[in-house]
Amino acid sequence: MPLSKRIIPCLDVDNGRVVKGIKFVGVKDAGDPVELAKKYSDQGADELVFLDITASKEGREIMKSIVRKVASVIDIPFTVGGGIKTLTDAREILLNGADKVSINTATVKTPKLVTDLMNIFGRQCVVVAIDVKRNYEVDKNDKEHTIIHGPDREFYFEVMIYGGSKGTGIDAIQWAKKVEELGAGEILLTSIDADGTKNGYDIELTNTICNSVRIPVIASGGCGSSDHMVEAFKKTDVDAVLAASIFHYDMLTLDRVKKYLAEKGIQTRI
Amino acid sequence: MTKIAIFDFGAGNIFNLHQSLLSNGAQKVDIIRSLNELKDYDGLVLPGVGNFDAAISSMQKDSALLNAAVDKGMPILGICLGLEMLFDKSEEGVLEGLKVLDGDVLMLPKMKVKVPHIGWNNLRIVNTESNLLKGIPQDSWVYFVHSYHIEPRDEKLIAAVTDYGSKLPVVIERSNLFGTQFHPEKSGKVGAQIMKNFINICEKNE
Repeated sequence: MPLSKRIIPCLDVDNGRVVKGIKFVGVKDAGDPVELAKKYSDQGADELVFLDITASKEGREIMKSIVRKVASVIDIPFTVGGGIKTLTDAREILLNGADKVSINTATVKTPKLVTDLMNIFGRQCVVVAIDVKRNYEVDKNDKEHTIIHGPDREFYFEVMIYGGSKGTGIDAIQWAKKVEELGAGEILLTSIDADGTKNGYDIELTNTICNSVRIPVIASGGCGSSDHMVEAFKKTDVDAVLAASIFHYDMLTLDRVKKYLAEKGIQTRI
Repeated sequence: MTKIAIFDFGAGNIFNLHQSLLSNGAQKVDIIRSLNELKDYDGLVLPGVGNFDAAISSMQKDSALLNAAVDKGMPILGICLGLEMLFDKSEEGVLEGLKVLDGDVLMLPKMKVKVPHIGWNNLRIVNTESNLLKGIPQDSWVYFVHSYHIEPRDEKLIAAVTDYGSKLPVVIERSNLFGTQFHPEKSGKVGAQIMKNFINICEKNE
């Protein structure tokens, strides 16, 4: 039997509470992070991801104590991301009980951070988050980017930073290969184009990145139903899918989702 | 009272392991940095985080004490890197291993499978008499995260394998010396049962 496909609920945490933002506006309280972590873990989540979206220093301190509490109540792996800029930030999160840290903007600004983290904590601790958006401003003589010939227009996959708000001009395919080389253990791939649409994962992007690297890839952005997960697993070589809001407010429970996936022939841990 | 020591290589998260031992029946769990303190404990766990050479350096000076503990039959559980260290050498590092077990540690075949091997995979139990795997059903899911794998010289030590490109040996058992390539402290209910089994073995040895 092969490795099982992983279903990973993602919890956005702001000042100690799980929040559900719709494109970062209209942030709505979705509960206590420790309670939700326990609930998802009991229902069969394969891993959890916490994204610290707090901007304040106080909020960061609260996050550390949440990490400790979460680590005491669950026995599945969990990743913490959001605002990790330095080795010290990462170390504090890991020593408080997280299994992995996810770094995004900091990787683009200081690529060496990935290698430093790998050397100290091991590759398995380092998740590099890559936020990607299609950039249609391509020049005929562009040699810097891998140009994709879409049905109507040409584009390249651009790496975005600061929560998907700022372009970098970096080609996502080359960047994925680069972070693998630097020491990333996994890639958390978010499609900014698909994020928040609930129309399904970005299959084209996911396939492109999965075919470019030999480390596991987690797809994120766009999930609105179990069928979207089935689609991602059937059409790409992705190892895991991340979903946030479909699990909040009990719209869908993890055990039901996993059972459904199993019925569709996807190898899951039940 | 079952007292268990976790040896700290100084490189990472042992908080989870500590929690897991406590919630699965150990009465006292301490983190130690020298094996001189070992006589006060009923069992030893070598955790699975960090890098081969760094971990070996932190333990080299205590190598004789480790061998003595093994010879005395103290229950010892090596997890992931903590298991790999017990072998002769590893492709991850240049330093010699602790040589408690005969064999090598090799890189997973990058051309065949994704490396690291991250996620939940099945246990195929080959030693049905295993004390560590008592009560664990065939094909149970456990959580792996590793880039290297062990190749023990003596196949009889292999208690379970998993399928990842080829059949990887993932549980080792030689009397009271145990090792898992996966992380029982991160493997949900199945992992909890393995921890309980280990703690029971420590208790009996008390």
